[in-house]
Amino acid sequence: MTVRITYEDAAIATVEVIREAETCLPYDVVYAIENAYNREVSEIAKAQLAAILKNIEISKKQLIPMCQDTGIMVFFVEIGRSLIIDFDLEGAIIEGVRRATMQVPLRPNAVSPLSRKNSGDNTGAGLPDINYSFVEGNKLSITVAPKGAGSENMSSLRMLNPTETSKIKEFVLETVLKAGGMPCPPIVVGVGIGGSFDKAARLAKQALLVEMDNMDAFELELLNDINKLGIGTMGMGGSITALAVHVKQAHCHTASLPVAVNIQCWANRHATVVLGGKA
Amino acid sequence: MSTYELVTPLKVEDVKKLSVGDVVYISGIVYTARDEAHAHILELDEAGEKLPIDLEGAAIYHCGPLMVQENDQWKAVASGPTTSARMAKMTPKLLEKHNVRALIGKGGMQGVTEALKDRCVYLAYTGGCAALAAGSIKKVRSVHWPQLGMPEAVWELEVERFGPLVVGIDAHGNDLFEKVREQALKAFCQLR
Repeated sequence: MTVRITYEDAAIATVEVIREAETCLPYDVVYAIENAYNREVSEIAKAQLAAILKNIEISKKQLIPMCQDTGIMVFFVEIGRSLIIDFDLEGAIIEGVRRATMQVPLRPNAVSPLSRKNSGDNTGAGLPDINYSFVEGNKLSITVAPKGAGSENMSSLRMLNPTETSKIKEFVLETVLKAGGMPCPPIVVGVGIGGSFDKAARLAKQALLVEMDNMDAFELELLNDINKLGIGTMGMGGSITALAVHVKQAHCHTASLPVAVNIQCWANRHATVVLGGKA
Repeated sequence: MSTYELVTPLKVEDVKKLSVGDVVYISGIVYTARDEAHAHILELDEAGEKLPIDLEGAAIYHCGPLMVQENDQWKAVASGPTTSARMAKMTPKLLEKHNVRALIGKGGMQGVTEALKDRCVYLAYTGGCAALAAGSIKKVRSVHWPQLGMPEAVWELEVERFGPLVVGIDAHGNDLFEKVREQALKAFCQLR
């Protein structure tokens, strides 16, 4: 049996998944912030973390966006191989973003890059950013990760020499150091290593979606060193600067070593909706 | 560290008594202003034109709120602070011409400590706490320059006990963020 999903199904699901991402932080992210609050010794940082936890609660209870920077919409769409998509899926997701802007509501953030003219509905050339992949099965999965500018502006990419693998850590630390309190720490750090110039950046962004405390030895080493910087919550000092570090790798050209560092504020917003799946 | 309750318009004595690390709650009027609003104020100043807002003793809030309009009345849905660093270059010029007494934002501002001396303070509000901030906004009095778009327009907000705000840069040349940056740089040099 093939599963039929309609344009309207996809548009409505897009509105709902955006609403969930904007108002309800994933449980593993909340847990990491609570954990940071319990471990933090700096009085100023602890008060900031308390405000963050209170804010998360208000936003969830009242279903209002936790941050006024509701971000730009980045989608990761997984299409089951046995699904038939006989409608304009991209159009449905874009329509969902337009409706969400009114219904959630979202702050209109999308502007033309040079004229700075605001489109008013969070869409425009290349926006929302939609990434597709094919998976086994008969489900359509739509993940949205709204990305605010405060942390995105602090992100960085460097084309290292292939022999400089030992410089990767220094580059990550340098990026976090330069960012200081500006990206709303405690941050989550996504690192993309390998691929190409653009692939590394995409990997870094996808790394932000990994479950928070699922970290290997290298990621934990990076996390510990970042926290030794002492930047603390909101850059006012403290023992916790980052909540998690995740690294994603891809094979790259023998002459290249691209490294991208995507910085994410404490509001590591993302949510997933699944359509179809029934035979 | 002490806690202070301040009411706008702020007097110079109000801000001179504050030291870095103190906690402040502000009641009265705050004006939101981000990149475009700062640029616009400086343009009007340059042209010798009068501003539609009264910046005497004012508190400027680095914020691009999310607003909704209900029956002709604007309401703040989410209104946390934006990254203050983007306004750092324009701020000294703004303070030369206007007696703004408090800048509210997040992440700190480099290169403004001198400009703030004896006249103004920088207050940090917890970044991302937009739902929390909206709760202390009692009324949206008006909006200026709406053509700049919702985030960049100047919103005149009536607030009650807006805070807790941490004094990040005081009027005596002390900068909490700078101290943290220096320590972080030292740690980085050892770790690299």
